Amino acid sequence: MTSLTLVRRIKARPQVVFDAVTTAEGIAQWWGPDAGPVLLSESEPRVGGRYRVRFRMLDTTEHESSGEFLEIVRPERVVLSWRWKGGLEDPDESRIEITLKAVPEGTELTLTHSRLHNEETRRSHEGGWTGSLDKLEAHFARSASA
Amino acid sequence: MVNHHDRLNRTFWALVDPTRRAMLAQLERKDGASISELAEPFAIKLPAVMKHLDVLDDAGLVTRSKSGRTVTVRLRPEPMREAMEWLRRYEHFWSGSLDKLAAYAQSKDTDAQRRGR
Repeated sequence: MTSLTLVRRIKARPQVVFDAVTTAEGIAQWWGPDAGPVLLSESEPRVGGRYRVRFRMLDTTEHESSGEFLEIVRPERVVLSWRWKGGLEDPDESRIEITLKAVPEGTELTLTHSRLHNEETRRSHEGGWTGSLDKLEAHFARSASA
Repeated sequence: MVNHHDRLNRTFWALVDPTRRAMLAQLERKDGASISELAEPFAIKLPAVMKHLDVLDDAGLVTRSKSGRTVTVRLRPEPMREAMEWLRRYEHFWSGSLDKLAAYAQSKDTDAQRRGR
């Protein structure tokens, strides 16, 4: 299964990070990869509640994703489904899991975005995705150093 | 133009099978192999090898060239690069977003503590 995991240490308490991650007001402040603005942010942070975020990137393209809160345990864990609107680039639904752990300097946040390329995962009985990604990484690491 | 997503589907589908990945790894070590060389490490029959090669070929991950009776198979890494770029876009999205989240949560918490709660 294709997935991506990122870990960040944040100098803020878990409940503050949790609210920043789950509320419409919070999401509007950080969602999107560059300094482009969030144009719309809606969120109902409860199990079964939905969120919707639209943002513009500095290259002027606009993107919207939405989904459902699947699990929510304040202030330590939230699981969301995710789908891009339009879905041309990636029509499948994926899953985001965010866990927050209190550490001396604040919070350790672990984000896992998984079920990327769902269809292939479903079609495959062998799985074994992680291994192939490791190989891809290794391949390009070698190509780059060659 | 072949749809970008279709192309990615073919690449990911080709890469999901361990035998096909092993074949690609073999081709990576050795620039160009005959079909019998490629089949050698696997306990599978030639028709099965040909089927795997068709999937890899369809994804554009290998090229086959014929000279006399020998078919030479070569690795073509471009689709893998494209698949990596696709994954990196998500990484870019989250990496940028989490940087902003960290800055926002930090200032929010500092404000809250200054207000004495």
